[in-house]
Amino acid sequence: MNKIIELKNISKAFDGEMVLDNISLDIHDNEFITLLGPSGCGKTTTLRIIGGFVYPDQGDVIFMGDRINDVPPHKRNVNTVFQKYALFPHLNVFENVAFPLRERKLPKQDIKEKVEKMLDMVMLSGFAHRRVTSLSGGQQQRVAIARALVNEPKVLLLDEPLGALDLKLRKDMQQELKKIQKSTGITFIFVTHDQEEALSMSDTIVVMSEGKIQQIGTPQDIYNEPVNAFVADFIGESNIVDGVMLADYKVRFGGQIFDCLDTGFAPNEPVDVVIRPEDVDIVKPEPGVLQGIVTSVTFMGVHNEAIVDIDGFKWMIQTTDPVEEGAHIGIYLEPDAIHIMKKSKYSGMFGDYSSFSNELDELSNPGGEEEE
Amino acid sequence: MSTAKRRHPQNAYRAALAPYSVWSFLFVVVPLAFIAYYAFTDNQFAFTTENVTRFFTATSNIVQEDGTSVEVRTYLLIFMRSVKLAVISTIICLLMGYPIAYIMARAKERTQKTMVTLIMIPMWMNFLIRTYAWMTILQDTGILNGFLSALGIGMVHIIGTEAAVIIGMVYDYFPYMVLPIYSILAKLDNRLLEAARDLGCGSLSVLRRVIIPLSMPGVISGITMVLIPSISTFYISQKLGNGKFFLIGDAIEGQYVANNLHFAAAIAFILMLILLVCMALVKYVTARYVYGGDEE
Amino acid sequence: MKTSAKIYSGIVFAILFAPILVLLVFSFNESKSLSVFSGFSLKWYRELLNDRNTLEAVRNTLILAASATAISTVMGTAAAVGINKIRTKWYKAVMNTVTDIPMTNPDIITGISLMLMFVFVGRLFGASTSLNFVTMLIAHVTFCLPYVILQILPKLRQMDKSLPEAAMDLGCTPMGAFFKVELPEILPGIITGAIMAFTLSLDDFVISYFTSGNGFETLPIRIYGMTKKTVTPKMYALATIIFFVTLGLLLISNFVDEKDEAK
Repeated sequence: MNKIIELKNISKAFDGEMVLDNISLDIHDNEFITLLGPSGCGKTTTLRIIGGFVYPDQGDVIFMGDRINDVPPHKRNVNTVFQKYALFPHLNVFENVAFPLRERKLPKQDIKEKVEKMLDMVMLSGFAHRRVTSLSGGQQQRVAIARALVNEPKVLLLDEPLGALDLKLRKDMQQELKKIQKSTGITFIFVTHDQEEALSMSDTIVVMSEGKIQQIGTPQDIYNEPVNAFVADFIGESNIVDGVMLADYKVRFGGQIFDCLDTGFAPNEPVDVVIRPEDVDIVKPEPGVLQGIVTSVTFMGVHNEAIVDIDGFKWMIQTTDPVEEGAHIGIYLEPDAIHIMKKSKYSGMFGDYSSFSNELDELSNPGGEEEE
Repeated sequence: MSTAKRRHPQNAYRAALAPYSVWSFLFVVVPLAFIAYYAFTDNQFAFTTENVTRFFTATSNIVQEDGTSVEVRTYLLIFMRSVKLAVISTIICLLMGYPIAYIMARAKERTQKTMVTLIMIPMWMNFLIRTYAWMTILQDTGILNGFLSALGIGMVHIIGTEAAVIIGMVYDYFPYMVLPIYSILAKLDNRLLEAARDLGCGSLSVLRRVIIPLSMPGVISGITMVLIPSISTFYISQKLGNGKFFLIGDAIEGQYVANNLHFAAAIAFILMLILLVCMALVKYVTARYVYGGDEE
Repeated sequence: MKTSAKIYSGIVFAILFAPILVLLVFSFNESKSLSVFSGFSLKWYRELLNDRNTLEAVRNTLILAASATAISTVMGTAAAVGINKIRTKWYKAVMNTVTDIPMTNPDIITGISLMLMFVFVGRLFGASTSLNFVTMLIAHVTFCLPYVILQILPKLRQMDKSLPEAAMDLGCTPMGAFFKVELPEILPGIITGAIMAFTLSLDDFVISYFTSGNGFETLPIRIYGMTKKTVTPKMYALATIIFFVTLGLLLISNFVDEKDEAK
């Protein structure tokens, strides 16, 4: 695949506060790439730099081989679907979609054809003459997409486009966006703070935090092989415990030695060990296995979510087996359930469920609005 | 690495603002400086404090009701009278206006809109004519007295008294009190009132402990908007007070007509200072005692 | 509404409208009396239409109000757009304060201050009378500007900030984005601002009084002159006409607002 956009050593500060810290990123033709991270991680700023709304302090933006730092937004061959759609309230649906075509002064007939084709694609054919303010959120969303695609840009930027929709509509739109991307072959750069959304839609995920790129990879890579505690915690649920890599394929944590699949660490190197809650098997508390007391159980429908106190460290375990509060249980881990990560600045900050509650999780990870 | 700066749209915004910046400097800021300049200079534009001292020291004799004559400090007397009448008018506006604002805010939406329009309509009648109309209503042979004597109550002599001046001020500036209070009360979150009731407040208590404190910003701007014009007015007293109750605005106008620009400027300068102090005081008092702490 | 509330509002509104009613009624009075109504007649209106000085004043007032409105609306719109984009804190604070001054200062101070400056500058150029149409126009533009700006600023703040960006994203130049997207969005604010400027200028007496020269008399100044002498119902007829004109303007601006809200 060809590189369509390259970001090289981009830095940006607002009022002396570093928002992007020397990031580099290649984006390929025909790719669905997602910038994922908590609010304030710099994902929206990255998008706005590509769109031309923010001028980087340092670094180069390369578009199909040309440096475009100094190209203003209206001359870039990229279009944006804005967070709250940014539909022009004084124009109807047809005129909103026709807006960029009229700017290019295309003949009337062409405009009509193109707009109708786009409205067809987003299934809004009958809505051409409605006021945009009379549309539902999902319909407004479709107009915004049609408007951004009517110019046939090389790249479509999407800034948390589904953030304002309710859950059901969100899922539908995710499917639809993916379909549109496939059928048009346009590169989509998608910004979200919702990890599930990122995992289900993307070809490539870029995990960002504090103005830096933490990891770039396929959804599977990111989920199965997180590079550090931040990524492991941000993508899905994780138990992250301190361990020591004794040798290749041998790791010690929780007072036990486990087989694992990881290699390439120094002997006795301290590491972070990630265990996904769904990878834990509950067994009888026999000697030689990790043992703990179940402190709480929440019924989640498909599975039970149990918090288990193992030597003072609280693990989250998801199991379809029945468990009871207060039970003394053992834990068995397959070698492929164990993932080893190098120590990082995020070590020790995540992965302990001792103060866990769903509500707190929401509070500490609010979505939506990001810095300018 | 790039250090080149792109031509930023910010420059366009600066350019859009430039004419207004220049305009307001030339025609708002500089003229105010001219008040100070004239206040502290004589006819030859040489520095003097005489205009300002004259404000505090000039005396004149007035004949009291019992026929004796007393010497008074002319401008201090005028000034105190202005403050007194303005404060009384403001208090009356507040006492009359708050209930109306409250009634408006609690009314149905359509009624609210109608009432706002009704309150505003008199504002669009030229203020000279409004005042003059009151003169014809209040004079001894006017409509009010005609009405009263028809009822057999008898005549009331109002025109030419302080009461008439106060009526004029209250009438002219009443909407300025009602509208800011109303706009705050109308936006008041009904759930707050429900919460207060839920927590055990009776109707009066809700009013005293929740509604009134929350409407203070509106009350403050209402007070400001009534106090400032009524302290500085110069027409009402001439018409409704029969010219007997010279106010500070009349003094300024009088000096202007007499072409004593430097003394007119001195009075205006002092008025401006006093108003600044008053407003700062109002702000301070509300921050301290109404909200129970500093705003910062 | 409770009965007591109804009675109270009734009394207040009665007082508010009493003088206006008196004016209206007595403008149709046959006799010269302003307290005894002796019969319906349009003679005061007729007399008004034959009063050349008053008609001249009406013309002057309209010319002044229209010019002041045009200048303050254009300058005020540009200023609001600029103020809305200022990032520098102190600059923003200064602009806000300066915008507040003409609104919080008593009219008499604004009038005196401008007059002093005009007289001073006029003297520098050796003019004997330095107050004329231009000085009045400057004064009117000055006190209208803040009202125009304050009508437009909230519209700019309410506007989705990505609208102009979306326009640029879709191929508009920054200028094009302003005229095609931002301007239609804030237009209701501009219209109400302009109407306010127009009515304020029509209605202003105090500031006009201090900044007008001998040659140029506006309606409020003429009314002031008329009320110095004994007044005839002719003035009431004039007041009635002005009242209905301003009322009409007020209703139009309400209508614009409502239409905007209904969107």
